Amino acid sequence: MHSGPPGERSGHSTRLYGYCAGAVLAAKSCVATCLAAGVLDAQGPVAAAERLILINATAIMLVVVVPVILLTLGFAWWYRASNRRAVYSPVWSYSGQIELVVWSIPAMVVILLAGVGWTGSHELDPARKLKSEIEPLRIDVVSLDWKWLFIYPDQNVATLNELVVPAATPLEFMLTSATVMNAFFIPQLGSQIYTMPGMATRLNLLADRPGDYPGLSSHFSGDGFADMRFVVHAVPASAFSAWLNRTRKAGSALSADSYAQLAQPSSHNPPQSFRSVDPHLFERIVQQTVATAVLPAAKH
Amino acid sequence: MLGKLTWSAIPLGQPIPMAASLFITIGVFAVLGLVTWKGWWPYVWREWLTSVDHKRIGVMYVLLALVLLLRGFIDAIMMRSQLAIAAGGAQGYLPPEHYDQIFSAHGTIMIFFMAMPFMVGLMNFVVPLQLGVRDVAFPALNAISFWLTASGALLVNLSLVVGEFARTGWLAYPPLSELQFSPGVGVDYYLWALQIAGIGTLLAGINMVTTILKMRAPGMSYMRMPVFCWTALASNLLIVAAFPILTATFGMLLLDRYAGMHFFTNDGGGNAMLYFNLIWAWGHPEVYILILPAFGIFSEVIATFSGKALFGYRSMVLATMAICLLSFMVWLHHFFTMGAGADVNAFFGIMSMIIAVPTGVKVFNWLFTLYQGRIRFEVPLLWTIGFMVTFTIGGLSGVLMAVPPADFVLHNSLFLVAHFHNVIIGGVFFGGMAGYNYWFPKAFGFTLDKRLGIVSFWCWFVGFYLAFMPLYVLGLLGMTRRMQHYADLSWQPYMIVAEIGALVILCGIVATIAQLIVSIRQRERHRDRGGDPWNGRTLEWSTASPPPAYNFAVLPEVASLDAFWIMKLRGNRMPVEHFESIRMPKNSANGFVTAFFAVVMGFALIWHIWWMAIFGLVSAAITLVVFGWLERGENEVSGEELAMSERARLRPVDAT
Repeated sequence: MHSGPPGERSGHSTRLYGYCAGAVLAAKSCVATCLAAGVLDAQGPVAAAERLILINATAIMLVVVVPVILLTLGFAWWYRASNRRAVYSPVWSYSGQIELVVWSIPAMVVILLAGVGWTGSHELDPARKLKSEIEPLRIDVVSLDWKWLFIYPDQNVATLNELVVPAATPLEFMLTSATVMNAFFIPQLGSQIYTMPGMATRLNLLADRPGDYPGLSSHFSGDGFADMRFVVHAVPASAFSAWLNRTRKAGSALSADSYAQLAQPSSHNPPQSFRSVDPHLFERIVQQTVATAVLPAAKH
Repeated sequence: MLGKLTWSAIPLGQPIPMAASLFITIGVFAVLGLVTWKGWWPYVWREWLTSVDHKRIGVMYVLLALVLLLRGFIDAIMMRSQLAIAAGGAQGYLPPEHYDQIFSAHGTIMIFFMAMPFMVGLMNFVVPLQLGVRDVAFPALNAISFWLTASGALLVNLSLVVGEFARTGWLAYPPLSELQFSPGVGVDYYLWALQIAGIGTLLAGINMVTTILKMRAPGMSYMRMPVFCWTALASNLLIVAAFPILTATFGMLLLDRYAGMHFFTNDGGGNAMLYFNLIWAWGHPEVYILILPAFGIFSEVIATFSGKALFGYRSMVLATMAICLLSFMVWLHHFFTMGAGADVNAFFGIMSMIIAVPTGVKVFNWLFTLYQGRIRFEVPLLWTIGFMVTFTIGGLSGVLMAVPPADFVLHNSLFLVAHFHNVIIGGVFFGGMAGYNYWFPKAFGFTLDKRLGIVSFWCWFVGFYLAFMPLYVLGLLGMTRRMQHYADLSWQPYMIVAEIGALVILCGIVATIAQLIVSIRQRERHRDRGGDPWNGRTLEWSTASPPPAYNFAVLPEVASLDAFWIMKLRGNRMPVEHFESIRMPKNSANGFVTAFFAVVMGFALIWHIWWMAIFGLVSAAITLVVFGWLERGENEVSGEELAMSERARLRPVDAT
């Protein structure tokens, strides 16, 4: 895989430090090509913007960090006790000018980064909807012990451990957990967000182009945690409609009863789809008015 | 009669836990047997177990830390070995229910029972000596603090032999840690061990704050205190402010688990987000509780081995206190991905970045202390230079994650794991090792072997980079923490490099142990007769090595910063006659006995053995009160005795 076009949302990136960051950027994008499927291999606008912030912030800091490390090693070497050519000032311990500089340098770095952080937090707020001509697709996500349930409320279908989405279409996720906390994360598409019982969080992502992107849980949730993986299949819009048609004709229906079965702790569940879903299921999961996972103790 | 405790609590059927518990049991009995066989019990009891001397207690804290470092490291290398092989379809050799215990125990032990006692022990040993006083404010309480910490460590390790440990991660986040999802005794071991140790830490903090505020040598105003005392003050103020939050938080979780309450449960109106906020309201100050004393150690070491006053002392003090204050305003950066609004995330992100300012100032001040110094590359300085290089990188990755949108993709990943090991190993542990090598001659009267010290440093330094740089890459590749196995085979090479790094660190640990053994065997060659082996600057170097129980025959008069350095410059002689007699507190079994009953209580509560819990609690309370009430007098050291020992001590110095 190759890295996507850098900085599709570079509006907020400052040109001030662009030049000094250039070399680092080049090195980083080279690294990014080696880093298949990681967060540097951005496949959507959110991930690309986050990657840009990551690289910019690193570059800003490297401007200070690299000299500090070199000076540390340089000073330690030059002022070694055996070097009699080095100046020795045993009582020199204060200089107002140096003090001013050493407080200013980190302060200026932090002011720059604070700007990046403030604008970035707002523009990339997970709850913020993405601008697009295309009508967004709503997806409700439920983390279970230890698998992912995806409900398409407007299409009235659902999937387990597999997410099929149209490429280039904004995805509006509502997320909750029917068990302990998890975090929903598709590294190549960007931001992760916690799934929490009794609450719904929101996340907006978009896949630029068709492809398969791995997703996982990033918040530890118990013994089956390592297998809480799924694949996001981003497909062309026509293929998505075809998939919907196929799905609606196959598989079982997801009712409150079959959900109660599904909610039992299990892992390594193969991907599965449901031809229809109880329209109030997600709401009831959030409100905890539907049977959820039984005690793990009951398994033994 | 015995609550939930049955024979099934002993892991007889599982080879790895069984081997581990056998290993621990044999180790403990070997040590006990050796002490018995050699007839050391009276000495151990009199001089150590019942000691209220801050130096002895400090040494025991550090010993506890180093022993628990071994336990924590065994966990670490087991995890690394598991992940080096559990790729693709492979499941490795540790099933999830065991692997999950190991990473939980690793974190818990390394933070609470390695890093904490390491730092608390060094502060306990050094601060009264640097302040030029004879002990801490409350010597008997000091012993209680230590033994309660040791009790917690004992309970955590007992979980290896009897029962299981938590499978929830080192912070035991609910709802996973609630009874509904963790019905076993693991979380209870975690909670009671940390409640008992936490009370010990809180008492130690109160003791140290009081000592620094109220018990300085004559003439030692605040701005004449060595910078390590300042960092100790900041750290202990944080302990006093933060540890009650921890106790209260765990108290609530215990009420959920034991009394069916609903603070953090999924149902009944509980909310786990409350726990996240509370635990990090303690947790973020906690990392500064650990790192601030380390900063102090580096400051002392750099000034001493550069033969130069610390650059920008006032800046250092200001930066320390700024960090102390700011550390309470950043906790939310541990969960930017919980869905708080953009304003909240941005605020906490920026607050977190602001901490980088005083921290950066410190780094620059160390840099300018090296500048125009005359640097001697002794082992403590090596750890310090290693720290400056490593910590700067850790600071970079930390500030990076303080930018919320960057954290959205880095949180919970191995990048995060790499970051906090980068600052905890590169900062706290390197600081501990610098302090250990620096003050060892003060504690025992001989220096540690330099060659093995250098070997140990380089193994740790190189091992750290090999073990954790691959984790940064894996984090960027999208690998999250706490996975027992993974499907992506392209991650495996990095994991193998990390495993090699852990093995190099193992060499560092072996070198550290070898250094200690060789130094003890060759102690006559490394003897520190003058009490000032490094040409030190602060008051601890003005007394004998090891110092007498009373530290100073006459409390030193302090007229400036770097008091001992100035005394040496001026050629001040130590007085050798006209001593006033002094009184020192007598030994007390209070701490040891109280802690024993605290262990009984903790164990009983974990296993729901209610009668035993009540017995333990009541006995501990009675012990405390009875010992507290006893009027037992004090040891008096007469003027003649003082004169004799001072003359004997100063003779070799005068001769040179």
